[in-house]
Amino acid sequence: MKKRKFGLVLTSVLAASAILGACGAKDEEKPAKENENATSGENNKEAFTVAMVTDTGGVDDKSFNQSAWEGLEAYGKEHGLKQGDGFDYLQSKTDADYETNLNLLIRRDFNLIYGIGYLLKDAVEAVATENPDNQFVIVDEEVAADNVASVKFKEQEGAFLAGVAAAKMSKTGKIGFVGGMDIPVINRFQAGFVEGAKAVNPDIEIQQKYTGAFDKADLGKITANSMYSSGVDIIFHAAGATGKGVFSEAKERKKKDPNANVWVIGVDADQYEEGKVDDKTNVTLTSMLKGVNSAVIDISNKAKNGEFPGGQTLTYGLAEDGVKLADSRGAIPAEVQTVIDEYKEKIVKGEIKVPEKVEK
Amino acid sequence: MSNRVINILVPIISIIIGLIVGAIVMVVSGYDPVQGYMALWTGIFGDSYSIGNTIRQITPYILAGLAVAFAFRTGLFNIGVEGQLILGWLAAAWVGYAFELPKVIHLPLALLAAAAAGAFWAFIAGFLKAKFKVHEVIATIMLNYTALYIANAVISKLSDGGFKTERIHESASLRSPFLRELTDNSSLHYGIIVALLMVVVMWFILEKTTRGYELKAVGFNKNAAEYAGMSVNKNIILAMTISGMFAGLGGAMEALGTFQNASIKPGFTGIGFDGIAVALLGANTPLGVVFGASLFGSLKYGALNMPNAAGIPEEIVSIIIALIIFFVASGYIIRVGLQKLSKKKEGQ
Repeated sequence: MKKRKFGLVLTSVLAASAILGACGAKDEEKPAKENENATSGENNKEAFTVAMVTDTGGVDDKSFNQSAWEGLEAYGKEHGLKQGDGFDYLQSKTDADYETNLNLLIRRDFNLIYGIGYLLKDAVEAVATENPDNQFVIVDEEVAADNVASVKFKEQEGAFLAGVAAAKMSKTGKIGFVGGMDIPVINRFQAGFVEGAKAVNPDIEIQQKYTGAFDKADLGKITANSMYSSGVDIIFHAAGATGKGVFSEAKERKKKDPNANVWVIGVDADQYEEGKVDDKTNVTLTSMLKGVNSAVIDISNKAKNGEFPGGQTLTYGLAEDGVKLADSRGAIPAEVQTVIDEYKEKIVKGEIKVPEKVEK
Repeated sequence: MSNRVINILVPIISIIIGLIVGAIVMVVSGYDPVQGYMALWTGIFGDSYSIGNTIRQITPYILAGLAVAFAFRTGLFNIGVEGQLILGWLAAAWVGYAFELPKVIHLPLALLAAAAAGAFWAFIAGFLKAKFKVHEVIATIMLNYTALYIANAVISKLSDGGFKTERIHESASLRSPFLRELTDNSSLHYGIIVALLMVVVMWFILEKTTRGYELKAVGFNKNAAEYAGMSVNKNIILAMTISGMFAGLGGAMEALGTFQNASIKPGFTGIGFDGIAVALLGANTPLGVVFGASLFGSLKYGALNMPNAAGIPEEIVSIIIALIIFFVASGYIIRVGLQKLSKKKEGQ
C-alpha cells in the first residue's frame, strides 16, 4: 500500500516535469527563431537599434533616467522602431546588475548601448573593452575608449539660473538645496545654485544637504520637512528619485494651507506634473532641464549616420542648449525672468564662469 | 512513506507549488507564464555566460548562509551578517589596492583581512552577549547600521570625497582571464572555490572537533552544557567570531571578485539578510546552505532576464521570486500534509 502510493506520487511528479519540460523546450526554440528573423530582417532594412541601462534610480525616476528614456522613445518613434527589438531599456536593481544588463543588451544585437549615469562608468569600461565591435555611450562620466562616446553637461550653468530664480523669488531670504550623493556631478548643481543665488543676494541663507541616495524618497521628504519648517521657502533638489519626497512634502504643506509659500525647483526633466496639487495650484517654480533626452537623440542620430563620436567627450552647456530652465508657467514674474535672461546671456558669452565645486 | 522519501518530496513539491502560484500571478497581470519561466530558465542556465554569472551570484550567498547557520547551531541569531559583510568588503578592497605584493601573499592577505574585519564586528556582539547579556539580535542589528555608515565614511575619506575606492591590484583579484573566457566574459571568479572550501571548514569544525561538539552542545542546551563543564560564554564569543569570519569572506567575494573595489552604499546590500533565509532553507547544515544559496542565487540572477526576454516588469518578477522562495520556506506545511496523508493510509 505504502509503496503504491509513493509510486503514484513519483510517477505523477515525473509526468508533470516531463510535460513542463516538453512545452518548455518548444517555446524556447520559438522566440529564439523569431528573434533571429527579426534582427536579420531589420538589418536588411538597416534599422539602427538603440538601448539603455538605467542606474538604480529606475526608468520612472521622473528625472535623469526617465529623461534619457524619453529621448530613446522619441528616437524610436522618429524612425518607426518598436519597443523591444528596436529600442529598449533594462533597469538595474543593484550595482551588480550594470555589467549583466549591458551584456544582455549586447546579446540582443543593439547597435548602440547607453549607460545612464556615472555609476555605470566601470561597467561600461569593462564591457566596452571586451566588446570592441559594439558602440557605447556613457552619460555624466568619461570613458577613454574608441568605441565609447562620453556625454557631460555643465550642470553648474543651469543651476546658476535656478539659484538666481530662487534668490529673487524667496520671501524669507532662506533657500535650500537637497542633493543625492555627494559626488562631482551633484557638486556641480550645488555650486551653480549657490553661486547664482549669491550673485543676486549676497546675504541669502542657503541650507545645503546631501541625503546620500538617489532612490530614497522618504529621506527627501524628511529633509524637505526640516528645511521648510526652518523658514526655507524654495528648495532646489538634485537627487533623482529622492527628490520625489521633496515634492510630496511641499504638496502636503500646500494642501493643508493653500497660502503656504513653498516651492520646489525640479531637476533634469520638467517636473511640473510632479508638483501638481490640484488643477490650479502647483508647487513647481521651474525645473532645471538637463537635456539628456536631446543628447540621446542627437548621438543616436549621429551614430545612425555613421558619425558615432567614439572616443570623444561631448559637453552640453547653456550655450549648446544642453541645460536650461523650464517654462515656469507664470510662477516666475516677467521682471525676474529678465534678470535670469541677463545672467544667461553673461554665462553664454563667458563673462561669468561658474565654478564646479562649492568653495569651502 | 518513509522519512527519506518525504525529505526528497518536500522541496520538490514546494518549488512546483511556488512556480504554479507565480504563474497565476503572471496570468492575472496579463503576461505569458511559459515565456516568463523560459526567460527565468535561460537567465540561469541559458549559456555559459549566464551559468558563470549565476555561480558568481551564488558565491556570497553561500558564505552569508554559512555565517548565519554557524551561529544558529550555537543557539545564536546573527542578524549582523550584513554589517560584517560590508566591513569585510571594505577591508578586502583596501588591502587589495593599498599594498603591492606578489599574488601568493596578496590574495590570501586580502581574504584574511576581510575575515578578520567581519570576525571583529561579530566578536563585539558576542562579547556583549557573553559578558553583559545584551541580546545578540539587538546588538547585531545596530552594528549593521554602524558598519554601513562607518564603511561609507571611510570610503569617502580614502577616495578624497569620491564614492568608491581605487580598483584593487591584479595580484589581489579573484578574477581570472581563464574563467572569463570560459564563460563568455561573465564575472565568474575563483571565489566559489573559497566558498566551497568554507563549507568543508564549517562541517569539519562542527562534526570533527571537540570545540565543535561544545558549540553544538551550547546550542542544544546552554544549562546542560554548563553543567557538563563547558564554558558557555567562551563558546558564544567563539561562535559569533567564526560566524563573522564567514560573513567577512562573503564581503571579500564582492570586493576581490565581482566589483574589484568598494563603493559608498546608500543602503544595505541585502546579501546578509538573504543569508538568514539561505541558512533556514538549508536547515543550518553546511551542505544545505549550498543548496539554499544555489536556489537564492539562481532565482535572483535569472530574474534579471525576465524583463529582458519576456517583457515582464520588475515588480511582478520580484513578487514571483518571493512567492517561490516563500513556498520553499514553508515546506513544513507540506511535510505535515504528507505525513498525515501516509498515516491515514496506514490506518486504513
